[in-house]
Amino acid sequence: MTTTPTAVGPEAPLAADLHLPSGYRPAGRLLDVLVRSVVPVVLALVAGGLLLLGMGRNPLHFYGDIWTGGIENGGWQSSGIRMAPFLLIATGLTVIFRANIWNLGYNGQFLLGAALVSGYAPPLEAHVPLWFAFTLLFLLAGAVGAAWTIVPALLKAWYGTNEIITTLMMSFIGIDLAQILIKGPFHDPTTPLPQTESIQKLLPQIPGTGDRPGVHIGLLVALAAAVVVHYVLTRTAWGLRLQVLGANPRAARHFGIDLKRLIVVSFLVSGFLVGMSATADIVGVQGYIRTGWNPAYGDTIIPFVFLARLNALAVIPFIAFFSVLSTGGDLATANAGLSTDFLLVLVALILLFMTVIEFMGRRRELGQSYVTPGLRQALRAPLYRRRAA
Amino acid sequence: MIVASAIWTQLFWTTAIAGGLAAGVPLMFTSLGEAISERAGVLNIGLEGMMLFGAYFGFLATYYGHSVWLGYLAGAAAGAASALFMVVLCVWLGLDQIVVGIAIFLAGEGITSVAYQSHFSSIQPRLGAPPDDPIPLLDRIPLLGKPLNGEFPLFSQPMIVYLGLAFAVVLTWVFRSTNIGLNLRAAGEKPEALDAAGVSVVATRSYAALATGALSGLGGVYLAIVTGTFQPFFTQGLGFMAIVIAMLGRSRPLAVVAFSLMFGIALSINGPLEAVGVTLSPEVLHMLPFASIILALILFARRAYLPPALALPYVRGAR
Repeated sequence: MTTTPTAVGPEAPLAADLHLPSGYRPAGRLLDVLVRSVVPVVLALVAGGLLLLGMGRNPLHFYGDIWTGGIENGGWQSSGIRMAPFLLIATGLTVIFRANIWNLGYNGQFLLGAALVSGYAPPLEAHVPLWFAFTLLFLLAGAVGAAWTIVPALLKAWYGTNEIITTLMMSFIGIDLAQILIKGPFHDPTTPLPQTESIQKLLPQIPGTGDRPGVHIGLLVALAAAVVVHYVLTRTAWGLRLQVLGANPRAARHFGIDLKRLIVVSFLVSGFLVGMSATADIVGVQGYIRTGWNPAYGDTIIPFVFLARLNALAVIPFIAFFSVLSTGGDLATANAGLSTDFLLVLVALILLFMTVIEFMGRRRELGQSYVTPGLRQALRAPLYRRRAA
Repeated sequence: MIVASAIWTQLFWTTAIAGGLAAGVPLMFTSLGEAISERAGVLNIGLEGMMLFGAYFGFLATYYGHSVWLGYLAGAAAGAASALFMVVLCVWLGLDQIVVGIAIFLAGEGITSVAYQSHFSSIQPRLGAPPDDPIPLLDRIPLLGKPLNGEFPLFSQPMIVYLGLAFAVVLTWVFRSTNIGLNLRAAGEKPEALDAAGVSVVATRSYAALATGALSGLGGVYLAIVTGTFQPFFTQGLGFMAIVIAMLGRSRPLAVVAFSLMFGIALSINGPLEAVGVTLSPEVLHMLPFASIILALILFARRAYLPPALALPYVRGAR
């Protein structure tokens, strides 16, 4: 766990209802953070093991297979490849959740970016230098993801329209639009299957990560994005403004922050990062896209964003863990004769234990919440006008 | 002009209405459930999972019990059982509703998929067609009455559909003119006032959340029964659509029903159009309702209203 103790974390003293125990010391806080973040995972794995036992499977074999499939023998490369898009999505969600805004349209943003990237990658690679093509593809997918948040962002900023509805609806539209693009303009003419042309040159591999598919540089992009986002969120005035908006929108307005601009920009940044994950996935490993393919990565990633307590650096180890779980899970579930969807049960258990630990922690007033207090208030439809008066 | 004339055939309208009902009724039950719980201040993001729970257990009961009513009962019970998590964790303990909702969503997907694939993946069993109950006299109306090509229009639906529509009417009355409705609304608008009036906010919200679970479960079973089978993930986002519908309908039951059927028709219109020789991209049709709502939101600013206390846990005495 690499949680840097900082004054401007999600637990900044701006949150009005901050109750610190009397013997507050940074070391104690770090321990508390560790307990609250790691214990739910451990408990979920234990409960999942009991569940496996109940189904007549050997949990030790199962978790052993996760280790074998996710780490050993080329497994860590596969996990690293999976981690790249996961981490970009997690970073994008971290930004927007910090502002107490729910961007639940990640599936549409991802898929639309993926469709455009698969459509434009082959011609781009044929006409411009490869490094330039890759850069353009990352920017393109990011721009598409960002563009897909504009409507929810403007509606939220100007009218306070609930962003859960708007992002979900834009997500449905985006998914449909991606299918249309795949079947229409980007359809590979050499095959009757509804899929795009295969991308000839995938992202280059990181030197030293082996040659039986090594990890591509998408992971470096994702790691860099996480570090930059963490820096911006914790060390810049913009990050602080976002923090204030997240903690208390009315206070933020009182401070003279341009809320509308802040909301729109945070949406754009979030959409950009989610969109970039599409390039990392499509140009990194998939190579093409077929209609009906919707991995819905974000659904299983949200829990880990919360576990990392909306800290972009802390997200890295959690997403690494989840990538190993997901990669090794393929082998483990296959060996146990289960559907890979068993992993969804594990993630759900992690979430449930997280809330329970959270409850116990709150009871003992150990520290702060996983979900910043104001994030719950994000659901109050209008941001400024209507208030519990 | 060929297109225009083709659309006015009886075949088109009968199949369009029938398909819209088949796709819209699961949405209707689920979004009515969400309307109840939103009124009471509980935001349920886990509807998708509850639908899947209901669908799977309702499917089991229908398959082994050979009775659709047993299926409905089992589905509603399974949905309510999954809502119990919501009740205990969110209403009683005041934990985050969105986090628990996502957990229920993921658990619903995972558990039903694992269970189905380990028991039925090799057999792929199918349920028989649900018995339809034509309403006497009304079933003679063209377009709305007579089954055509094995499609069942409005007045030849399974009994549960009529019950669902009647329930929406009753719910409107309950919200508007009964103490229960007033309590539910107060729990979402101003829980302190409800508490001060001597009514338990926690109990009110608990019943609302359980009702939501039961209704989503029912929506799930209906989907399983009307499609004749259960498939992992076969709700395909209906649960999330139901959240959108409940918010758009401002939790007014009749508006919610209307939106659900509209979405149902948009989801299923492709079949009828093809039957009369019109081919449109199914994706375009699928995104039409969403696109038009987004457009309406842009033009008329805010349509959706949410109760002020939505998704906020109630703690007596806390400010």
